[in-house]
Order: sequence, then structure tokens, then C-alpha cells
Amino acid sequence: MIAALVARDVRRGATGAAWLPIAFFLLVVALMPFAVGPDARLLSRIGTGLLWIATLTSALLPVERLIEPDRADGVLDQLALQGLADETIALAKIAAHWLTFGPLLLIAAIPASALLALDGASLLKAEIALAIGTPGLAALAVAIAAVTAGLPRAGSLAGLLLLPLAVPLLIFGAANALLLEAAVSLLLTAGAPFVAGAAIRASRT
Amino acid sequence: MTLLTFDKVALRRGGRLLFEDLDLALGAGEALQVAGPNGSGKSSLIRLAAGLLREERGRVERPALALADDAIALDRELSLKRALSFWSKAPASALDALGISHLAKVPVRLLSSGQLKRATLARVAASRAPLWLLDEPLNALDADGARRLAKLIDEHRSGGGAILAASHQPLPGDWRVLELQQ
Repeated sequence: MIAALVARDVRRGATGAAWLPIAFFLLVVALMPFAVGPDARLLSRIGTGLLWIATLTSALLPVERLIEPDRADGVLDQLALQGLADETIALAKIAAHWLTFGPLLLIAAIPASALLALDGASLLKAEIALAIGTPGLAALAVAIAAVTAGLPRAGSLAGLLLLPLAVPLLIFGAANALLLEAAVSLLLTAGAPFVAGAAIRASRT
Repeated sequence: MTLLTFDKVALRRGGRLLFEDLDLALGAGEALQVAGPNGSGKSSLIRLAAGLLREERGRVERPALALADDAIALDRELSLKRALSFWSKAPASALDALGISHLAKVPVRLLSSGQLKRATLARVAASRAPLWLLDEPLNALDADGARRLAKLIDEHRSGGGAILAASHQPLPGDWRVLELQQ
């Protein structure tokens, strides 16, 4: 059942919704040279940080579709009746969300690095940091999605909640402090299923 | 054999006590209708029986169960058969029993509310769970749908299953009735 749930969520993402954050990520990156000027030396100096800002903002986009549609449609209830714990459901949703977000983002980072005049070595470093950080970011997005599911203006609220909580990922990722980035990402990935599970339970009325 | 047991159960929702000291036992082959005016807590009782709500006091014992309520819980972009097969390995005979096998290839988003009701009942019928929980099963069903539902209910009961249904209108067949007060 868990594998079926992950496969279903990946299918739903990959056949449409998952491409929007990636397009948004590339768009934000493409705006940067317009905003700070096309000076390649300046861009390459701040490029890694810009990649991370684009990553964080694009992570906001899918939040509204991660939990709320399944809550409103009764899918979460039916999954619970199949004997799945809400934490397990959340874990499956985190895995599926990362699968449709992380790898695509890592690929999109390649053209993005060209737009930001990053050289190969900087790109490689950024890719490794993104690979480590995106599971934490995906887990955080699912937890925030569960906490805000069913609330009015959930999308805006999710932004206010997610961005501050993602700051450690941003700091250590952009600074390429890989061990600290891994620690934060692990903490978020390990904690998010419990937060999301409790939020799903509390949202049942 | 008792399938569903409520032992002095109290349920509170939004600060309001819906009922307390509720005892009920549902054995194999039995069917119980929860009746009562709008807002008396029929759906809440069903969700409590399903384990989706927590009792405030008392104890509920439940077997494996299947629930059909107003939520469709089917992926709208998929065909009806594919969407149902996420929940059940063999939905074909249940589709047939509800008279919607000709819709197997139609995307869920194109189905009418009566057809969706039949689809949620088909999920229950395909579940093989001993206890069925039905919340307003007659809503949106036409005469043919109601007949098919009555037949399924009879088969389930004679196969040793039990049914708890919430409905404000009489259900076809022979039911014990539990009347909830406002």
C-alpha cells in the first residue's frame, strides 16, 4: 500500500504539477541577471546563493497540492482505514514529493548555473549541497502542507511558515557547509512525518 | 459473533456533546440504521465507528471495515476502473454489481454525482471487509441504484457481514434503528 501510494503521488506529480516549480525555479534564476546586471564576475560570486533563493521560492509552489486535495477528497481517511498510520502516509508523501522535486531541480540547476555564470566546480558543489538539502526541503513542504491543509488562504500562510523554517537549509547550503546542511536536512526529514501525521489527525472532523 | 461494539461511548465535537453512554453491539448478519434529524451526529457516529474520530469516553471495538461517505477518494484524472483499483485488486465484479461497469473507462471527473455514489459503494463492495459503514448511502442514488444497493446489502449480511448506515430516510430491507436526538 505504501509503495502504491508513493507511485500514485509520483504519477500525479510527474504528469503535470511537478513541472511548475521547476519552470518557476528557472524563471527566478533568469530574472537575476536582469536584477543585478549581466556582470559575469558578480553573478558567479553570488550565483550559489541565488540558486538557493530560487530553490526555496520554488519549493513553496507545490505546497497547496501536497495534502489538501487528498484531505478534501477523503483519500487520507480511506488510507487510514486501510490501516496506515498518518505518519506513514506523511512519509510516503514526503518520498513522493522529493522524487518529483529533487531530481528535476538538480537537472534544472545545470541550465540555471549557465544563466548565473557559475563554473563547473561551483556547479558541482551546488549540486551536492542541493542533493543533500532538497529532502529536508521536501519534508518541510509536506509538513507545512499538512499543518495548513483546510485553512483559508493556506498558500500565503504556508509561505510565511516555510521560508523562515528553511533558513538553516539556505545558510548551510549556500555556504556549502555540507555536514551542517546534512544535519539540518536529516532533522527535518526525520521530524516532518510526525508533525505532518499529527496535523493530518487533527484535521479530521 | 460481535463485529462492532460501543461501550458507554461519548463523543464531543466542537465543544458540543453529541451523545454519551451509547452502547451498541453489531453482530454478524446484522444491520443498524442510525436515524435522526440533521445535525444530530449521524455522520459523526459513523466516523467514530470508523476510527476517524476519537471517542471522548468509553470504548469502541471495531474489525476491518470499509466506509462510503460523501468523499469520493478517487483520482479524478484516472478512469473509474483504474482509480478504484488503487483501493481494491478486483473492482470489476463490484462495478458490475452497482451497474457501472460500462463506465469503467470513463475518467472519474466526468461522472455524475449518482455515478460517483455508486463508485464509492463499489469500493465498499470490493473491500471484503466484514463491516460496512455507509453514510447517507441513498443520497444521489436513483431507483435502480437503490435496488442494487439493497441486493448488495442482503448478500453482505447473508455472508456474515454487518452494516452500520446513517440515513435520514428509510433504507430498503430490514434494519434495526437507532434514533439520535438533537
